[in-house]
Amino acid sequence: MPAATASQTIGPYWHLIEHQEWADLTRFGATGEVIIITGRITDGAGEPAGDTAVELWQASPAASAGFLGYGRCGTDAAGRFRFTTLKPEALPGAGNQTQAPHLSLALFARGLMTALRTRLYFPHEPLNATDPLLAAIEDPAERATLIATAAGPGVWHLEIRLQGPGETVFLEV
Amino acid sequence: MIPFRPFVPDTQPPLDAPAYGSTHLRHPKRPLRRLPQTISETTGPRFTPALFPEIGDLTKQAAGAPLGERIIVAGRVTDEDGRPIPATMIEIWQANAAGRYAHPRDTHDAPADPNFPGEGRIFTDAEGNYRFVSIKPGAYPWRNHHNAWRPIHIHLSLFGEGFAQRLITQMYFPGDPLLPLDPVFNAVPDAAARDRLVSRFDLALTEPEWALGYRFDIVLRGRGATPFEAAR
Repeated sequence: MPAATASQTIGPYWHLIEHQEWADLTRFGATGEVIIITGRITDGAGEPAGDTAVELWQASPAASAGFLGYGRCGTDAAGRFRFTTLKPEALPGAGNQTQAPHLSLALFARGLMTALRTRLYFPHEPLNATDPLLAAIEDPAERATLIATAAGPGVWHLEIRLQGPGETVFLEV
Repeated sequence: MIPFRPFVPDTQPPLDAPAYGSTHLRHPKRPLRRLPQTISETTGPRFTPALFPEIGDLTKQAAGAPLGERIIVAGRVTDEDGRPIPATMIEIWQANAAGRYAHPRDTHDAPADPNFPGEGRIFTDAEGNYRFVSIKPGAYPWRNHHNAWRPIHIHLSLFGEGFAQRLITQMYFPGDPLLPLDPVFNAVPDAAARDRLVSRFDLALTEPEWALGYRFDIVLRGRGATPFEAAR
């Protein structure tokens, strides 16, 4: 069998498949602790990455008829995105490890030949100290790029820097 | 859940592709951090046509028929072990026959086509097969370098069975003279992997007096060790 098909950039015109309601993961009637996730994406010159498709996947809370666990949001001219979703719980990791609550993010944009993957963790979660990914990142400044900041009741914000000082930790999965 | 295996070297494009100018300021300078897959990577969203209605004929999304050469595109979605990926959602988008997207930021001086919004959405059947009807898109200029033109292509987005299998790619057409000149296509180092991004004209898919058929098979990452690794 041949190897997996090659990735190609999503390009600047992916909005033909954009449906803005996809940024609200609770729209099918999900119940639980509703949270808002905001973010901003900048490039190596500090300029906003304004045509990015940000995808969110979370394995917790488990998917159900009212909650797919998946959303997509396009960034605006200022590079900002905003999701409405449910707060994730802790998740099992490899072996008997436990992962701190987190969201998986995949970025697609003009200039990105493949998805750029990262995670969003929440501040002040006791499990962050023993989360296998966070614990494996030795530099506290790098680790901090994965941890959102509280931006109001039930609102968390993550700055994502594609390149340069403060560059976000991106993941090969 | 069994993790997905690493990509075969050189079959995927690098994030730093110097000939494609938009990668300059958007590729991370630090190496990616290897993350052993967990439930967050081995599982992924499940979509259904009930909540995400199919758009299998892109030529019937407006009052009139779009201009251009009607085409049928079909193929099979499998993993690297040849296992079909059933009931998975495929998103489709493309330019019109004149090489212009129904997008406010597309300023190419080519006619818009009010009868061609350019969006599709389909699901594979139990054997991983898919099919949609559209029109052959046109080539269009872009500002990557002097006299740069994108080869004609259709964008495809696949979700597979786990978020680590997520794929967005572009399907090209056979015999396009722009392919050897295109930095996006040629960012894939392996020639065989590039060649598999090019659809094949298929007379068996072609319908008499109606539309030409193109076949495009798609492979998503396989699970577990490769046969080679397992043998070691």
